[in-house]
This record gives sequence, structure tokens and C-alpha cells, in this order.
Amino acid sequence: MSMTTVHGYAAPPPGVHPPLDSPGYRSTALRAPARQPVVVPPGLTEVTGPLFGAERVGPLDHDLTRQHAGEPVGQRIIVHGRVLDGDGRSVRDTLVEIWQANASGRYRHERDDWPGSLDPNFSGAGRTATDDDGYYRFVTIHPGAYPWKNHQNAWRPAHIHFSLFGRSFSQRLVTQMYFPGDPLFFQDPILNSIPDPAARERLISRYDHDHTEPEWALAFSFDIVLRGRTATPFEAEDHDG
Amino acid sequence: MADRLGLTSSQTVGPFFHIELPWPDGADVVPEGTTGAFWIRGRVIDGAGDPIPDALVETWQADVDGGFEHPDDQRPRGERTAGFRGFGRCPTDDAGRWAVRTLKPGVVPSADGSPQAPHLAVSVFARGLLDRVVTRLYFGDETEANAADPLLRGLSDAERETLIAAPTDDGYEFDVHLQGADETVFLAV
Repeated sequence: MSMTTVHGYAAPPPGVHPPLDSPGYRSTALRAPARQPVVVPPGLTEVTGPLFGAERVGPLDHDLTRQHAGEPVGQRIIVHGRVLDGDGRSVRDTLVEIWQANASGRYRHERDDWPGSLDPNFSGAGRTATDDDGYYRFVTIHPGAYPWKNHQNAWRPAHIHFSLFGRSFSQRLVTQMYFPGDPLFFQDPILNSIPDPAARERLISRYDHDHTEPEWALAFSFDIVLRGRTATPFEAEDHDG
Repeated sequence: MADRLGLTSSQTVGPFFHIELPWPDGADVVPEGTTGAFWIRGRVIDGAGDPIPDALVETWQADVDGGFEHPDDQRPRGERTAGFRGFGRCPTDDAGRWAVRTLKPGVVPSADGSPQAPHLAVSVFARGLLDRVVTRLYFGDETEANAADPLLRGLSDAERETLIAAPTDDGYEFDVHLQGADETVFLAV
């Protein structure tokens, strides 16, 4: 019989993640579970996870402006930052997937039918892997805002969707990145579903003049912090060993 | 211990994730042609009993030897499956249906070292879910192992039923009910 060391991930502090039951976002009404989740002690199933990285990324996948014959319409931007864990460690060679609306606020998606224009030179999907410092970089177009039917005269602030795996099932995260100074924040129930104002602020990227490239593209920086480890590993007997 | 850096919050996957997240090989936890492979098929259902056509289901599991291809699993490995990825990803269709092709995982010890019944970790993302929900899938034909499983033993009969996939002609069936009388037991992991 051998021992298995399971080093779990710290529970997120209250207020960071939105409550699933957030009445301001109407679609939660029939989809938010009514019961509280059952707490499961960290085991190997949860602390392991798929380690996707550069092997799933093609050479132009990070540049959403070069995926078609011509240049997409809109403001060219660089979106970059680091993927870290809560202890400040870089998350290396991890897959980062993004998707977004075009400059008109229209997604290339059959269920998006509002009268914003489609752009034949923009798909709005990208992926990259972080480097040894946890650094990632995309080139894309500033997405437009778009209307939705959640409430009277509802508009989503401009945003880019992000999907991350980290190093474990416990760290899996899907989120949205916003842009500084957007006048639509006040009426957006999705951003405002986050109880902690400081956490909401962290989803807003920072305009980054140092990385803005002269006569080419504005830069926005956005660091992503996944859960960190708990202080003490759990020593478990391995009955299979 | 509090995290040193402020964590990034979850936001909904929204209705338009299909332009990036589904992969051509998403359902292939194991490659086509793998000996013994079967399908896990299911639906994602809302609180009104209606299928959810814009959800994304992801699965994660051990190989047939109970091992994970991961630095946190330092145990000696047994038989490994060629092309085994452990991870599956499938969007739901208009009828709320998803499927992944896989194998039954081996035994993985729980946090206290006791053996667990074969299981998959399952995440569900959807428009209207501001954070993923997490559950586990157990196999209906593992009666003895399920009866001894530490997580299942802590649940009522009705709760247990929501985590158990029923055998079918080509594998197993597993529905996720986000809400309602049959609400699936969700987990904080």
C-alpha cells in the first residue's frame, strides 16, 4: 500500500463568482440549481485535468485579423496578459480560447440575428497557448456592443469571451473581458452579477500605452488569475498501489 | 489560506460559444475504433423540463487503470489506452442532447484513500449559467462499487439516482437536470 499526495485547490473567496441565481439576468431563472452544491474533498479526479497547450494551436490562430483574405473592419487591438494562479505562479503552456462579436457587435452565429452587419473577413474565434511566463497575446478587432432582450433597451458592453483550463479540473474557468470606460456597465446584469466590486473591476482590461504599437494597434492588458493550491497537501492511502 | 492574488471571476459562456469551443474531435475521449469504447449520451434539461439547446458539456476521467496522465498523479501506472485523452467536450443540439465516446475508468482513491466507484467529472456550461456547474457520472452496472463509494453513500436514494448513468444498447444515458424535482446533485470541487 502506497500513499497518494493530493494537493487541492483553495475555495474561491465569497463574492468572486456570481451566484447562479441572479434574477437580473433573466436566463438564470430556469437554469440556476435550487440546491446548494455538495462539497467534495479534493481527490485525484479534481486536482488533475487535461493539459492542453500549444499542440492545439495553429500559426494564425492568435491573430483574428489574419484568418481571411482581407482585413476585418474595425479598430485593431492587441489583447495580452498573463495567466497566473492565486499564488502568483505562471500557468505555462496552457490553452487560451477566445470568441467575440465583430466591430458591429454581431457574432458569426446562426442564432445572432440582430441587424448589425457581418464582416466576411472576421470569424471572431481565436486560440493560443501561454509561454513559460504564462504570457499570452492576441491580435483582434475591438468588438462592438450589441442589444439583447434581457430588459428594456438592454445592451451588452463590449467584451471578449475567454476559456481556460489551467492545470486541473478545479481550475477550469470561462469568463469575459471588458474594456475600460464602457458606458454600458451600469445596466449589464452579467458583469454586475459579481458581488465583489473589486472582482468586477478585475474583469475590465487596462489600456496599455506601453504595448500600443505606433500606427498599428491599441493594446489592452488583461491578467487572468486561476485558483491557487491549498496550504497543506492531503496524504491519502492508495489501496491500489 | 486566502489566495494572494484576486481571482478572476466566472462569467456565462453565453449563447454564441459555438464559434470557438466545440472541437471536431471534442467527443473523442478515446479515438474512434478503440476496443471496448462506448457512448455516453444525455440531455441537459431546465427547470421547466425543457431541453437546453445551448449548453456545453465537458467530461474528465481516469484511464482504464485508474491513472491520470498528469504530474499530480505519481502512482505507478497500469494498462494505458492508446490515444486516451481523458477529456470530452460536446455542445448540446436542438434537442438538448450531447454525447462523448469513452471507456469506463478504473478505480481512483478518494481524498481519504478509500476506493471510489468508476466515475467521470462533468462540467456543464450554458447561457443562463453564470458559472459552470459540476457533477459526477457513475455507472448503473457498477452496483457493488457504487454502494461502497464515499460520495454516493452520503446521499439519499433520490439524490444518488441523479448521478447514475443507465446502461443502453451502445453505452450509457445520463441526463443533467439543472433545476426542478429531478435536479441533479451538483458538487463544489
